[in-house]
Amino acid sequence: MKLKKILPQLITLLFIVLIFGFFTMNAQENMDTRGMEFGFGFLNTQASFDIQFSLIDYDGSHTYARAYLVGLLNTLLVAFIGIILATLLGVLVGVARLSPNYLIKKTAAFYIEFFRNIPLLLQIFFWYFAALRALPMPEDAPLILNSSFMTIKGFYGPAPIWTNFDVFLTSLILAMIIIFFFARFAKKKQEQDGKRLPVFIISLAIFLGLPLLTFLIGGVDLTFTFPVIRQMSQSSYTFDGGLKIPPELIALTLALTLYTATFIAENVRAGIQGISKGQKEAAASIGLTPSQVLKLVIMPQALRIIIPPTTNQYLNLTKNSSLAAAIAYPDLVLVFAGTAMMQTGRAIEIVGITMATYLTISLAISALMNWYNQRIAIQEK
Amino acid sequence: MFKYVKQLTSLVAMVAVLFAFTTETMAAKKSKTLKNTMKKGFVRCGVSQGLPGFSNADAAGNWTGVDVDVCRAVAAAVLGDANKVKFTPLSAKERFTALTSGEIDILSRNTTWTLSRDADLAVTFVGVNFYDGQGFMVRKDSGITSTSQFKNGISACTNIGTTTELNMRDFFNSKGISYEPVAFEKADEVVAAYDSGRCDTYTTDKSGLAAQRTKMSNPDDHLVLPETISKEPLGPVVRQGDAVWEDIVRWSLNVMIEAEEYGITSQNASMMKTSENPAIKRLVGSEGELGSYLGLGQDWSLNIITQVGNYGESYKRNIADTGILPDRGPNNIWTKGGLLYTPPAR
Repeated sequence: MKLKKILPQLITLLFIVLIFGFFTMNAQENMDTRGMEFGFGFLNTQASFDIQFSLIDYDGSHTYARAYLVGLLNTLLVAFIGIILATLLGVLVGVARLSPNYLIKKTAAFYIEFFRNIPLLLQIFFWYFAALRALPMPEDAPLILNSSFMTIKGFYGPAPIWTNFDVFLTSLILAMIIIFFFARFAKKKQEQDGKRLPVFIISLAIFLGLPLLTFLIGGVDLTFTFPVIRQMSQSSYTFDGGLKIPPELIALTLALTLYTATFIAENVRAGIQGISKGQKEAAASIGLTPSQVLKLVIMPQALRIIIPPTTNQYLNLTKNSSLAAAIAYPDLVLVFAGTAMMQTGRAIEIVGITMATYLTISLAISALMNWYNQRIAIQEK
Repeated sequence: MFKYVKQLTSLVAMVAVLFAFTTETMAAKKSKTLKNTMKKGFVRCGVSQGLPGFSNADAAGNWTGVDVDVCRAVAAAVLGDANKVKFTPLSAKERFTALTSGEIDILSRNTTWTLSRDADLAVTFVGVNFYDGQGFMVRKDSGITSTSQFKNGISACTNIGTTTELNMRDFFNSKGISYEPVAFEKADEVVAAYDSGRCDTYTTDKSGLAAQRTKMSNPDDHLVLPETISKEPLGPVVRQGDAVWEDIVRWSLNVMIEAEEYGITSQNASMMKTSENPAIKRLVGSEGELGSYLGLGQDWSLNIITQVGNYGESYKRNIADTGILPDRGPNNIWTKGGLLYTPPAR
């Protein structure tokens, strides 16, 4: 009886092992006949190529392992910004789609239908080659907000220079911890004596007030360096100083955000519409204000419908960021599975590492979202 | 006793000679790539995704260029028909993988011969069909006429996965100039980005610059700077481990070059069969048995010359007449001051 249960499992396991074994043997054999060696030693050799945009200190004298890290961080950066912006825009458009205002409703619907039905690569090309290319050259760029320039060579803005940044950061973290405990305290108090504290206003005050206080008494200071134009030749200019965001990052973020936000918007709309009308009416009848109805009754239920498909969209956005290679944004695929693979010829090792990396990122996002989903799920007793 | 030893040695010698002879022809028969090519009826050739003069497809899908002609020469030698080639367009990134994985049998894609590639990538470079060097293109209105006028902060567009990326770093580092490398996967995107003003300069092999300049919205606005910052000998590549196939590709290219040296063209090749010069007679197949050493027919070299032409004809047709690089420079026969010098076909 027990064997009958285990046997299919064993057979499946054996099958999987055999398949992987076959692929490994096959690859090994083919590499042997072609005189190729398998190994990761190349990671410690000098990369010898430069990368346009890096969050950490890097130049060609560093190793391939460092180049991998540069690519990975660039991928995470675009995924992180993309996920935040797509979520904000998606929620906004999703709610707008249900607006009683005809114009807002139709604009949101048009945006969704337009952007989700055009292939993403085409949109990336559009933003990079058509839209950003319409921007002025550095010498013709107008000054924005007295500090920044948006040019064909990228965005140049003020770069912050901090003194005692660690004090500021500590105060920020401290503020968040205080808010967390304050919110718990407020909830408990409401459960005990029914009185509601103005949680949002007080939280905001703590969040802004504490870090601001460090400027006055903590010795924290913030100044900015501004980009200054410099002539390189008769017709070409560049900017010195300040913060530079390459146009490749801007175009990629724009395309990923606008594309993914359409799907998130539809998730949000489905989530809200999935809550029966009776819930809203019942909540209103016991005297809750409209904002309380949304916050306390509708959203907690809608989120359960919204989160799982939105997790998929986060994963899609992260994986789609690999299309960066088409427009020269140095992400993991372009730097590592592109240049590094070409210079070393280690196709199997590098593709393997790259696949494992994407898998890890995806599983991490998935785990985080699943944890959140469980937290907001109905607690069945 | 002595008699026997003598007999035995002569027997051994005879066997050795016999054995050597059989292995010689066996090698030709044993070439897996040659056998497969004959069975399939076409040569599998990896080329670029579109580089005028080297490998470029027209609207009807006909490939032309000096790199393309190397593959056509091999097809003419092996199959007797220069048109029996299947071309696979490859990006710089894909090219070596396509070759080592067996997807193609010849890589003829303006590929630079370097030690690390030759030794580390399980491939073999069989010769040089174009002597090139890396250069820079700038907009004329920048007033730049030499790389010595480059300033800090210059942005340079190029392709990923090429020696270009490495040379560029060496060059800017040695000059102490900070630069912004903008590396694309495909050449067309590099051209588009440079053309729109994203980059101040476009760097790749000079032949590539000359060819891509023709794709700009206004070619006359751009200038290729005179400096050459690297040696880029471009040539066909084969997989390691098939010495016979390697010889066939090497000598197909050499025949084209030597034919030009002796003045044999696609027009006069058949008439040259009765030439006085034995070197010419060997090349057109009326003397010697060069083809059999390679496991090919007697007409292998004649087919190359009549169907594809000699190197000079190929250069003129693809690179000079198209206005890419009218001046042959180092890509001329050694007797005319160039670098093209082949071992004798004999």
